Amino acid sequence: MSRTFIGMPAFPKAAAVSTQNRQMRANLTHATHTIRDKRARAVAELDDWAELRLAGKQIKDRTLARLDEYLVQAEAAVTAAGGTVHWAADAAEANRIVADLVKATGEREVVKVKSMATQEIGLNEALAAEGITAYETDLAELIVQLGDDLPSHILVPAIHRNRGEIREIFRDNMASWGRPAPEGLTDTPADLAEAARLHLREKFLRAKVAVSGANFLVAETGTLVVLESEGNGRMCLTLPETLISVVGIEKVVPTWQDLEVFLQLLPRSSTAERMNPYTSTWTGAADGDGPSDFHLVLLDNGRTDTLADQVGRQALRCIRCSACLNVCPVYERAGGHAYGSPYPGPIGAILTPQLRGLQSEVDASLPYASSLCGACYEVCPVAIDIPEVLVHLREKVAEQGGAGHRLERAAMKSASWLLDHPAAYSTALKASRLARGVQPRRLPLPGAAKAWTDSRDLPPLPEQSFRSWWKERTPDQSDRNKPNAPNARTEPTDRDQQDGAN
Amino acid sequence: MRVALFLTCVNDALYPDTGRAVVTVLERLGVEVDFPTGQTCCGQPQYNTGYRRETEPLVRRMAEVFADYDHVVTPSGSCAAMVRDNYPRIGARTRAEGRGTALERAAGALVPKVHELTEFLVDVLGVTDVGASFPHTVTYHPSCHGLRMLGLGDRPRRLLQAVRGLNLVELPGAEECCGFGGTFAVKNAAVSTAMGQDKVRNARSTGAEVLCGADNSCLMHLGGLLHRQDEPLRALHIAEILAATEDLPDGPPTRPTNGPTDGPTESLVVSA
Ligand code: SF4
Repeated sequence: MSRTFIGMPAFPKAAAVSTQNRQMRANLTHATHTIRDKRARAVAELDDWAELRLAGKQIKDRTLARLDEYLVQAEAAVTAAGGTVHWAADAAEANRIVADLVKATGEREVVKVKSMATQEIGLNEALAAEGITAYETDLAELIVQLGDDLPSHILVPAIHRNRGEIREIFRDNMASWGRPAPEGLTDTPADLAEAARLHLREKFLRAKVAVSGANFLVAETGTLVVLESEGNGRMCLTLPETLISVVGIEKVVPTWQDLEVFLQLLPRSSTAERMNPYTSTWTGAADGDGPSDFHLVLLDNGRTDTLADQVGRQALRCIRCSACLNVCPVYERAGGHAYGSPYPGPIGAILTPQLRGLQSEVDASLPYASSLCGACYEVCPVAIDIPEVLVHLREKVAEQGGAGHRLERAAMKSASWLLDHPAAYSTALKASRLARGVQPRRLPLPGAAKAWTDSRDLPPLPEQSFRSWWKERTPDQSDRNKPNAPNARTEPTDRDQQDGAN
Repeated sequence: MRVALFLTCVNDALYPDTGRAVVTVLERLGVEVDFPTGQTCCGQPQYNTGYRRETEPLVRRMAEVFADYDHVVTPSGSCAAMVRDNYPRIGARTRAEGRGTALERAAGALVPKVHELTEFLVDVLGVTDVGASFPHTVTYHPSCHGLRMLGLGDRPRRLLQAVRGLNLVELPGAEECCGFGGTFAVKNAAVSTAMGQDKVRNARSTGAEVLCGADNSCLMHLGGLLHRQDEPLRALHIAEILAATEDLPDGPPTRPTNGPTDGPTESLVVSA
């Protein structure tokens, strides 16, 4: 049974280890650069991309603002179409609902369509604890499951693996999950795909129960929508008798017309395709057409709290395209596992700590897992200002204190005081020059000096600060340099001039 | 036209040559430059680390210090972006928290005046040839703030291309972050270093003598890696290249290389 993210170390610690993994970094760099270049080309084909992006953002914002109404509308529509709606406040409740539904069918196996929501709640592990085996049918998800591994990417959970590693995993582990890998399996993509196809076909044909997520839930008709590219999803959505879909409450869109925008934004952003290969929609249950029993589990699990945060709520616009992961230089080096959640990369850094809260060490470290370079914001098809939310969450972490933040706040406070008192600041610059070679290592963070100098040298202090040079250059003009006399709030200007003595 | 130099704290304390170079370039172009000594720091380190409240007095100070000037010029893309992107947010938050509108108004008045150096040269003064001479091979790293937040575009490259004798070579992966990121450089030192090393490797592959940028914070990180790795490549601020002329002694003007870190380190870290 696959592992969980529970008990992962905080991001800096995990990343310090994973960054040293050359194989993983090479795999990731290759994969992310390939997809990011393809995405850029696919996006450049549309001359109205900026307008589409804005439309996507606005539809999501408008929907989130009246989410309660749309959810009630969706529930009524699903029910009218012969489905059953369940509301789950948290992961435990959602897992219990799904396990009970499966048990009621008398089955002990389910096939699964790749789903972020079920990973978020740890459904497979919860089902295993009830004696139910969940089979992942997405190729990358299958690789992760067979390898007793954790997903490291939203779209390509096994992105950290190369072909050779995948061959090994298939050869060693397929037999214990069902049909063994064919004799003499090579690591060519066609061979690997064929092995997976044969292995999975048995599961599709036998399965009586399927579990899925959904990319969208159309409120006006109660229709669920899944976008995928392998066809395994469509098999799971049509062959079994019972279908259980676990869907985050933020997946609602009001109308079919709104879908049009996202059916353009999502494939181009995620797989760089003009249109994704399989778009499946299903509405309730109908006799003789697909599953005869349909259940929708609407999942909150921290989303209502996220919605209450004016800055942070924009994370709920996310359509899980993974474009932000593919351009993120931090993700590329640290790998997905370092984020300690099924949501890695920039979106994970803002979504996970909002869904789970900032209490744990790993969640409190995630808002800092970014250089704020802004590449994620630039590519996001629904314009989530990830850097803005990161800084917003950092403020919350800093406020809650603990783990060095009390010390840091004190350092920041004293730095702010110094910087708001130019005369004292000037004196400090002068003092630092007297103790040459010392001051620049006084970085205003605990442990900062060592963290810097482990890999980098610091510049030597120059003979003279700029301000002292300026005063030597224009000694008689120092008076005109103080409009509104902010200096007067602090100390007399002539104290500043001492700095020039160096 | 009253033009104030906003030098930023890093440049003031560690890279005064960059400030002198800005003064040289602007005066050569006939601009009278002033340096109001009431200035200190824009508050970016505090803000980006999650200490917005601690940033507020610095926002107020910046607005007051530069209130009388038509233009404020800074050789730091990230500090310009801090003012442009975050000062309005900081102002709006103080209003939303019922603490008046003064800070929002002051910040709002400052924002349109602040120009990053290459923006000021190209957009306000309308020049790309600043009369510089720098006969060396140079590659340019367009720091994230300049690239994405300020949208500097090809302004720095146009300025460099107009420098006599300068051979500008493209940096592979130019648009990728160098890994500095303020406190990120120490809070996530391993990833920061890995990013910087890739940047340095790309810069080395160009065969350039000088890795140029418009932000000394990034250059401090990259220069520190270069020095630690004993690279002949040097990091240099674009202002120092634009200030160089044929009258200067031979060789590219350059800041002293980053020094070895002798003496105690950990014990000297400010702890309160
Ligand atoms: S945050 Fe934006 S770019 Fe990242 S996965 Fe979500 S929608 Fe895609």
